[in-house]
Amino acid sequence: MSSVVNIPPQFEVVDRPLDTQMTISMGPQHPSTHGVLRLELVLDGEMVVKTTPDIGYLHTGMEKLFEYKKYQQGIVITDRMDYLNPLGNNLAYCMAAEKLLGLEIPERAQVIRVLMCELQRIASHLVWLGTHALDIGAMTVFFYCFREREKILNLIEAASGGRLTPSYFRIGGLMMDLPAGFERRCKQFLDAFPGAVDEFHTLLTGNRIFQNRTQGVGRISAEDAIDWGLSGPCLRGSGVNLDIRRANPYCGYENYDFEVPTEPDGDVWARYMVRMREMKESHKISAQALSRLRPGPVKADAPKVVLPDREAMKSHMDALIHHFLIVAEGFDVPAGEVYFPIEASKGELGVYMKSDGGPKPSRVHFRGPSFVNLSALPVMAEGEMVADVVAIIGSLDIVLGEIDR
Amino acid sequence: MASEPENKETNPLPTPEAGAPSPLVAALQREHPEWIAEVIEAFSETTIVVPREHIVAACSFLKTSPETRFDFLSDICGADRGPEEDPRFEVNYHLFSTTKHHRLRLKVVLSEEDAHVPTVTGVWRTANWHERETFDLFGVIFDGHPDLRRILLPDDWQGHALRKDFPLRGYEPYSLK
Repeated sequence: MSSVVNIPPQFEVVDRPLDTQMTISMGPQHPSTHGVLRLELVLDGEMVVKTTPDIGYLHTGMEKLFEYKKYQQGIVITDRMDYLNPLGNNLAYCMAAEKLLGLEIPERAQVIRVLMCELQRIASHLVWLGTHALDIGAMTVFFYCFREREKILNLIEAASGGRLTPSYFRIGGLMMDLPAGFERRCKQFLDAFPGAVDEFHTLLTGNRIFQNRTQGVGRISAEDAIDWGLSGPCLRGSGVNLDIRRANPYCGYENYDFEVPTEPDGDVWARYMVRMREMKESHKISAQALSRLRPGPVKADAPKVVLPDREAMKSHMDALIHHFLIVAEGFDVPAGEVYFPIEASKGELGVYMKSDGGPKPSRVHFRGPSFVNLSALPVMAEGEMVADVVAIIGSLDIVLGEIDR
Repeated sequence: MASEPENKETNPLPTPEAGAPSPLVAALQREHPEWIAEVIEAFSETTIVVPREHIVAACSFLKTSPETRFDFLSDICGADRGPEEDPRFEVNYHLFSTTKHHRLRLKVVLSEEDAHVPTVTGVWRTANWHERETFDLFGVIFDGHPDLRRILLPDDWQGHALRKDFPLRGYEPYSLK
């Protein structure tokens, strides 16, 4: 066994097409496709020539189901779309219905909505960070992210009773007020969280392997990003300063002090940095919202739409009647159509809601950010290596539940 | 509670006091009045019903005109008014401007026998998947679309699931052929 192979001291890598193309199917059971996404990859050697995403494996006809459910019953369906950001879905759906009804939401409910949505955004970004790092080969980050996410889920559970499917928001306000001691627990979490983000930075940001795997990979220019309808961190990663919370404020976001992070490069690294900075901004908004909590009602003054308190039902006949009517027959929503966009954790989540005057919507459509962001994957993946496709999918932060609906 | 429906006006010529979005309508009205079939101002949103043959031209105009700059197509979604209605289908285009931050809805209404509409993928490439989805679920044909295949449902699915006459639980359990 003494034959010595003469390895030349330096390789010259030649980027030469092999003139043979191979089509392979990635997914739908591939763990790095974040669910049941199938990609049809046409490869030249290891280089991607063409990518065709194939979606629909999780299609459950949710938009059809909305038309058969009363408005208030639709809220629980929205939880199951983007299951990493269920409160955002609740919010978009409820606010679309509130726009049709012309409801005024009390101040305390607005502040709690902002607080919960920002906590949910952090939780969603933590899952993205953990799985994105896992896809690229960094195992440890995942555990640190899920440790922090667990604390947020505990807070959401304390408020709503649910961890993954909270359905905390109602048309006209909230399900119920925050429980006693919530503010203290929330403050505990918020005080410790910046340290956790710094910890993630020490694990990944300075890591040479991570930098090499992400910098310059999956580039998309600002013009292309707008043309392909990218939104959220993916659009801001291409240097476009656009955030629906700023552009079309809702829930009083215009009164909060926060920055909209952007990065100019448009690659996987830029999208990573945008989300990392966004977690700090969300933390800032959460802390402001927490400090603005003042006692007050959390449900709108609309007895025909909002369920009455249990105590009122025991003493007031009309409260009991309203409760019965809302539960048994629902409430009529004025005829018309609205499109309500919010800045969800993944981008612009828009709800198109059309009513023909009855207790059930005539059409509900969700413009899911994951759906649109994924449609731009072929542009980003073209000319990259197969292994980089995994990094690009991770940087898009897609949730198949929302794409397939 | 239900004070909003009073705001719903359907007038072809928008009045100046109709609210903030009316300059958008005015821009279109001045240049190409034939593109506007109807203007609906309701719930502080503006909807312009555009005749089908003008939709691509109207979209290109709204995208490039310096007053409107609708460079971002948020969404396209279909809607079914019911099998007995004529026109039966609607296609809604939700436009957004990344610089001016205003929004506009364009609407095309289509009859069931002739559910064809020209594609706007040439204006915004993001329209591709939205149009495929609308085709898949409503059976609206987007003429000139580069890749008009079903997107959510299987290729051999029968019918269009979001039509009002399609039963909620389908006709029969689906199985791979």
